[in-house]
Amino acid sequence: MLTISVIHAATLARAAAATIGPAHPGSTSVSGAAVRAVAATGNSGVPSVFDGAANTVAIIVLLLEFMMLRTALFRAQIRLYAFQSLAVSVLAAIVAGGRHIPELYALAAVSLLLKVIIVPGVMFRFLRNSRAEIAGSGALGVASEIIVALVVAGFGFFTVGVLGIQSLVLPAAALSLSFAVVLVSFVLMIVRRDVVSQAVGFFSLENGVSLASLVVAAGLPLILEVAFLFDLLVAVVVFGVLIRVHQARSRSLSTVSLNRLRG
Amino acid sequence: MNIVMLLIVALPLLAIALSILADRRVTQLVSGMTGIATFGLAVALIPGVGGHETGHRVNAIGILRADSLSVVFVLATSFLYAATAIYSVGYLAAEARLAERIGGTEAAEFARYSRRFYIGMNVFAWSMLCAPLVNGLALLWVAIEITTVVSALLVAIDDTEGATEAAWKYVLIASSGLGIALLATIVMYYAGAQALGQSYDLAFDPLIRSAQHLPATPVRLSFVLAVVGFGTKVGLFPVHTWLPDAHAEAPTPVSALLSGSLLAVSFYAILRYYQVAFARLGPAFPQHVLLVFGVLSLLLAALYVIDQNDVKRLLAYSSVEHMGILAIGVSFGAPLALAGVLLHVLAHAAAKGNAFMGAGVLVRTYGTKSLTAIRGGLDRLPWSGPLFLIAILALSAFPPLGIFRSEFQIVAGGLQNAHHTGAVILVALVTVAFMGLGLATTRILFHPLDSHAVHSAVEHGDDALQASHLTAASPNGAAAKSSASASGMLAGVGAATGGLGQPSGARRPRVPVASAPALPASPNVAAGTDTANDPDDQVVEEAAGTSTGRGEPSIWMVVPPIVGVFVLVLLGIHPPGALVELLQHGAALLSGGGQ
Repeated sequence: MLTISVIHAATLARAAAATIGPAHPGSTSVSGAAVRAVAATGNSGVPSVFDGAANTVAIIVLLLEFMMLRTALFRAQIRLYAFQSLAVSVLAAIVAGGRHIPELYALAAVSLLLKVIIVPGVMFRFLRNSRAEIAGSGALGVASEIIVALVVAGFGFFTVGVLGIQSLVLPAAALSLSFAVVLVSFVLMIVRRDVVSQAVGFFSLENGVSLASLVVAAGLPLILEVAFLFDLLVAVVVFGVLIRVHQARSRSLSTVSLNRLRG
Repeated sequence: MNIVMLLIVALPLLAIALSILADRRVTQLVSGMTGIATFGLAVALIPGVGGHETGHRVNAIGILRADSLSVVFVLATSFLYAATAIYSVGYLAAEARLAERIGGTEAAEFARYSRRFYIGMNVFAWSMLCAPLVNGLALLWVAIEITTVVSALLVAIDDTEGATEAAWKYVLIASSGLGIALLATIVMYYAGAQALGQSYDLAFDPLIRSAQHLPATPVRLSFVLAVVGFGTKVGLFPVHTWLPDAHAEAPTPVSALLSGSLLAVSFYAILRYYQVAFARLGPAFPQHVLLVFGVLSLLLAALYVIDQNDVKRLLAYSSVEHMGILAIGVSFGAPLALAGVLLHVLAHAAAKGNAFMGAGVLVRTYGTKSLTAIRGGLDRLPWSGPLFLIAILALSAFPPLGIFRSEFQIVAGGLQNAHHTGAVILVALVTVAFMGLGLATTRILFHPLDSHAVHSAVEHGDDALQASHLTAASPNGAAAKSSASASGMLAGVGAATGGLGQPSGARRPRVPVASAPALPASPNVAAGTDTANDPDDQVVEEAAGTSTGRGEPSIWMVVPPIVGVFVLVLLGIHPPGALVELLQHGAALLSGGGQ
């Protein structure tokens, strides 16, 4: 099995040179090499094409998360989710190419198939019988939602930034971005009051986690990655079933009526 | 021993296959037998049982692995699997009889319901047995995610309004929590990669062995994320909000499994992260994190237990309380307390299983979950009444039952390690919770049944709806059979309780509420007296088992709790030597030794 440990030394040095944030004090063997590489090349180099591309895609993932927050149509939201998944898959392919980890091509393909085609397809099927087009109003206005999400995303971005977790594969900014995506997806689930937005919020949370796993766990064995994705698929089906049950019972997709159980 | 482990994982698969293919009676028989067999196999996994010493660690086919810690959780899960599989025979008996009598579509609908129920329950039990037996943090996450999605469907299976709401909340909150747990897994992978190379499979042994070489910050981050993420499924404050809903709305056998096994298995996941964090960071950091979450959970649960009006929610909050005790026990760190924690897992599974099974009989007999409407339980239920009482006493840590011993060990361990404040808080809050449990139980078991109680229940909005659970407690088509009269009755209840017009109890009545004749709103309607002459209603009442006479609904609902009491007494008075050794070894694993 090809692993990152056999990455060409030059690639390693370039990756390490471009990583931002302080070097980790407790680094050993592999990351020790990275730290030495940082020392050798200085930390002020211009980001490579690879880093630029990776960061751009990661930012696109976060921007799509914000767009989900403001969009009002169910179908548009699912489409945004599909685009976001596409971005994550593209990033996996970029890492596979740029860092010579052929396993990630397979991961990119599986994630493209599952998250860009099957999951949105399943969601569209569940929505086919529904007349509702427009998601119910959120608990906050769109402007306030975006401001809250910005604050939360900033918190996630900078908190993870100071932890100084370095990656050999991707710039550390991508990790901070992935935590920001996760936190914004929580905002989405909290402020939206309909089952579809909440489900999409959960799926996009998973996208954020996938992004994080590309940064810090690119060497994770493919079988485990696929197990994670398969679990997601099962969860999607269960979400779908429950959305249907809810819709049949309350004739709407809103969660406002789900307020009976308390105390 | 490899074969034993393989059988534990494989036998439930057989039961799943049969519950898809075979009819109800075969499925019931096979599920019960599988439960008992897996429990037997789990006992055989205890080192020193049956005369052979096999050591404390067993590996099989690469991805399966058992050590003392896993065996404790497999024991708890398989015991409850057997108990609930037997209990379910009685739980479904009334509807089965009714469906057979009516025949036609009702019989078909019931057959579909019971098939889904048994498939779900077997898959649920299987996933919970797999979780402690898989080798590695990644596979552990996968197994726990499977428990979530399966149990969410089981919570929704009764298809009532409450069940739908509970299932949605559960699947959304628990899945998000597991999203965080997945982040924890990935961060731990990153930490491990610094010592083990970039590609490895997160197996426990190498990870713990090389823990010293892991970077500290990622391990810390990963542990906190794991406590929050898996803690969602454990029911730790503040991410416990799904728990009372799901426990209260699920069918009773599922509630027992959720509370006794699922929470414990999720706690097992936290313990695995604790092992790594302990080995790298030392005791202080992980113990402080667990102490904070534990105390807050215990505090919240103790307060909610005092003021609770739903017997199943009462028990659900008691579960939050006991999970808090587990977290506090681990935070004490003394081997005595850790052994107490593991014993607590076993004793809590037996006690909470018993309590839910007893509550299930009460709900079935009285047709309500409201604590204000259940009265005179000891008079009407010669077996289940005392058994429920014993279960509550066990949960309140009365000697000589198992939880007394475990909590005693935890408190003693805390004092031993100079965690005086923690021990005092623990004892104080457990006493508060005991007060709540004791008050509620005294009322429902010892107070004689009088008409005043029923009326006061009807005056109370939610309770009237609960009272209309005459049929809701019965999961199947009984409601649909007499849908016109039943939903008329429910509409009346709705009117009486101020616009809660939807039939929360009935399981999808075929005639819409609007078309049913709305009866005058009066408490009598809710009590069902207006429609008492309707033969359909008598059938419904019979189906729900809501007779006014003395007696148990079914013998199958009594046998498992009796076994549970034996287990509790055994664990309390004199736990077998092999088990004590197992618990001590598990405690040693948690305090950094035994590897």
